Amino acid sequence: MAVSAFEFEKPIAELEELLSALKAPEKRAEAEAQGIDLDEAIATLEGQLRQAMRQVYGHLTPWEKTLMARHKDRPYSLDMIRLIFDDYMEMSGDRLCANDEAIVAGFAHLAGKPLAVTGQQKGRDLKERQRRNFGSARAEGFRKALRVAQLAARFGKPVVSFVDTAGAAADLRAEQHGVSEAIARNLAAFSVLPVPTVAVVIGEGGSGGAIALGVADRVLMLEHAIYSVIAPEGCAAILWHDKAKAAEAADALRLTAQNALELGLIDEVVAEPLGGAHRDPAAAAAAVREALERHLAEIGAMDRQELLDRRYKRLRSFGVFGAVAPDAEAPAEGE
Amino acid sequence: MAAGWFGRRSKAKAMESVPEGIATKCGGCGEIVFAKDLDRNMQVCLKCGHHHRLSARARLAITVDEESLVEYDRDLAPSDPLAFPDYVAKQSAAEAKSGLRDAMVTGVATIDGAPVSIGAADFAFMGGSMGSVVGEKVARAMERGIEKRLPVVIFSASGGARMQEGLVALMQMAKTSAAAARLQAAGLPFISVLTDPTTGGVFASYASLGDLILAEPGAIVGFAGRRVGNQDLGTHLPANFQTSEFQLDHGMVDRIVPRKDMRPTLAYLLSFLSPEETHGR
Repeated sequence: MAVSAFEFEKPIAELEELLSALKAPEKRAEAEAQGIDLDEAIATLEGQLRQAMRQVYGHLTPWEKTLMARHKDRPYSLDMIRLIFDDYMEMSGDRLCANDEAIVAGFAHLAGKPLAVTGQQKGRDLKERQRRNFGSARAEGFRKALRVAQLAARFGKPVVSFVDTAGAAADLRAEQHGVSEAIARNLAAFSVLPVPTVAVVIGEGGSGGAIALGVADRVLMLEHAIYSVIAPEGCAAILWHDKAKAAEAADALRLTAQNALELGLIDEVVAEPLGGAHRDPAAAAAAVREALERHLAEIGAMDRQELLDRRYKRLRSFGVFGAVAPDAEAPAEGE
Repeated sequence: MAAGWFGRRSKAKAMESVPEGIATKCGGCGEIVFAKDLDRNMQVCLKCGHHHRLSARARLAITVDEESLVEYDRDLAPSDPLAFPDYVAKQSAAEAKSGLRDAMVTGVATIDGAPVSIGAADFAFMGGSMGSVVGEKVARAMERGIEKRLPVVIFSASGGARMQEGLVALMQMAKTSAAAARLQAAGLPFISVLTDPTTGGVFASYASLGDLILAEPGAIVGFAGRRVGNQDLGTHLPANFQTSEFQLDHGMVDRIVPRKDMRPTLAYLLSFLSPEETHGR
């Protein structure tokens, strides 16, 4: 399959090209004429390819992961929804002023059980991307997601959110309609939503626009997804006044799924098929589905009050700080 | 979302060139004004009414009843969870500049006799950005409100989430918002006061969750940097884009309150939000 290759994927792309050339029907006759065992050659090359892929994809740098998370062929929320759930019916609008297509929300069944689902949707082609504002939601989108989640909660249905956005919209209309208030409202409301909730960062977890769908009992990340307070480019521009140093910034920000797990901020990293979710969306979705079913079974069995207490305790535990001895060298009052 | 997208306005830069202590150039009108006059007038320009930034301690001093403040959680100090380049050095520089261990001072005090759980941010400490300590102090201020049955008042002044704490800082948005939700569920009010600047991850979390939201005149209040908006959109932005007045126009703020009126306004609102003295009881 021709998958567009990043610089770090070049050795893999070359092997793949070689393999597909060898597999061409005319090559078989050619090889037979020369007494070469083509099947053995292909098997050897396939072994080399697998090894190269394990080497490359098992050791991606944070910046390479950022590129993977933003890959144009990566499965988006609607792909995940279609591949994971038995069915899906989309709902629209915030009941205030608009239907923001940067976020999708609706109802679905997972292994026969009903739930609500929300997620940012980036859009596959240019036209869809424009329609969906590249997955950067305004207030209307966050309010739609909350409306559907709260409706689900009224009827005791769990809520699953897929996070995949470069960030919330930052344009005039976003500001006019209160994008900050909408994000804040979601953070507060999802923290007390009285049903089991799971959020899955499937691609880019870009700052406030991401966390607005990211407050949940369980937070999962795909293996090559990222989650960050700021895009590496923006961080590099601030730190070194040089957007080209994005790779260094990606290191500093510790934005990979593995970092987030080490920091205790997420619950699980869901393995992607070798080479990334875009090479085998069905396999990626199957892995997410397995994790979703497992986590929903666990938290679904909990008493609701216990669930909410645990959720709050967990949110409350986020933060790393020290404590100096009380009033030792306390900064002078009134200074 | 993260702090740092907001370059200080060029007007503010001009201020720094005037020797400190005697006179200063007003960030609003550009006139040279005496420091003494500014001090007497709560750092508001006598000529144009421009509200200069206040330190957290100065803010609390003009807001709460004299000697009423009991500070809490003074011992909390920032850590360096990501081992982020230069963060520790920046913390030291910020501490020297602000006299604080981090960008938020919290405690319990009275405002015109009414007890409150109160907090004030300090822009001088790394742009008032919200990392673990700010998030923790805000969350504890909310929880103190629940515990002691007190209304909560928080003055924000922040560029947003603190980039140097990465995802840990982003999570403070969720933590503080969850605490605000608990406060509300406990039946206690939260008054959020937006001062210059309140942006990014702070505006997009607890600061926007006030039952009532007040703002100082002319403060920068918005989601992402004005420059970002300009670049992305290429459309004409209103002159007051991302100010207190813009947010008032769009329904995000209850009142613009000049500094001299803030204390009586808070006292009035707190009496309204008190559970006692209800009609028919």
